[in-house]
Amino acid sequence: MEILEFRFTSQPARQGVDAKLCGVVGSGNLEILIQPGDDARACLVAVKTSARGFGQIWEAVIAEFANRHAVGGTRIAINDMGATPAVVTLRLGQALCEYIGGVP
Amino acid sequence: MKESSATRLPRRLRYFEATARNRVAAVMDAGTFREFLPPEQSQPSPHLAVLDIPGSFDDGVIVGAATLGDRPVLVIAQEGLFMGGAVGEIHGAKIVGLLQRAVREKPAAVIFMADSGGVRLHEANAGLIAISEIMRAVLDARAAGVPVIALVGGSCGAFGGMGIVVRLCSAVVMSEEGRLALSGPEVIETVAGVEEFDSKDRALVWRITGGKHRYLTGDCDELVDDDAAAFRRSAIELLNDWKEPSSSVAGLRAEQERLTSRCQRFDGLRDGLDVWRALGVTDPQQIPLMDRDSLVALKKELPA
Repeated sequence: MEILEFRFTSQPARQGVDAKLCGVVGSGNLEILIQPGDDARACLVAVKTSARGFGQIWEAVIAEFANRHAVGGTRIAINDMGATPAVVTLRLGQALCEYIGGVP
Repeated sequence: MKESSATRLPRRLRYFEATARNRVAAVMDAGTFREFLPPEQSQPSPHLAVLDIPGSFDDGVIVGAATLGDRPVLVIAQEGLFMGGAVGEIHGAKIVGLLQRAVREKPAAVIFMADSGGVRLHEANAGLIAISEIMRAVLDARAAGVPVIALVGGSCGAFGGMGIVVRLCSAVVMSEEGRLALSGPEVIETVAGVEEFDSKDRALVWRITGGKHRYLTGDCDELVDDDAAAFRRSAIELLNDWKEPSSSVAGLRAEQERLTSRCQRFDGLRDGLDVWRALGVTDPQQIPLMDRDSLVALKKELPA
């Protein structure tokens, strides 16, 4: 298992009220827990992944997400069981939709 | 092109493929589920972390309260996609805590959506103890007059200790896709050889552990289609006039006798097909091809 932590600056997200969870820690899948953070202009991400050595790819995928959407003021925790970058991107989008209650 | 409502397929949530959270949302009254220990308040298994395996925030089981057909119920839903729904220490403690709450609060029922291969071997003794605590807690809830209704239709079925737990429940609802047994097919093949049980023969596996077989042998009370709405209807109907029976020595003796005579009756039979023939089914080969309604009708015609 590898533990990764990232902090990206991003536009403030429409404020979600409750924490939201999506996905399942199953083969090729991951779960994402998104909840309010302390810094309105930053998105904090903590990843626990079963696949070692993919830190740069995680960073690139999440940086692209934080750049494309306003996700400032959120804290994201991920438990991963070998999801591909495409699956990670889809789940991040899904988590954000559920958190802000609509399409970003 | 605008689709007319007549040609549109009815919305259906396949229970087999749905996640535990989606099952809870679809089976309970819409919007009534309130989760205890939601993911943001709970933590993944420390045992898995020691083994360098990522855990899940809810440790693979969701517990909470909801209403079902306007009756207050407590709910357990195992997530088969996370480690085969296996029961670890936290997973087990959540289930036991919910069942103990049922003894105090006396809801109309506990709905137990089982989807599990049994003990989580990574957590060894903690998992084994958790399973035995769940067994006791199910019986305690029933003794307190709270029915525990098991729904089995997930990809992991209910095996190992969870197979026993399901049969300790007041009633069992299964779909054809669901499976219920003690040792899993791979375990039997590993221990006793492929001549004893070919776990790759999926048709055979279902003829011996699947919902239709369990329905014909009386190990499950209701057979439903692989549809969350069908599980919901069946659970509501079961609760409509449910009276949790109080257990008695005479009742236990009678059940023991029934099981002993069943063992003798089916002794030496190697396949569901043989068992169904022994039950009086004239053309057992047709059973796997039948739809749910036809099978339910066929069972009504079988000799008692």
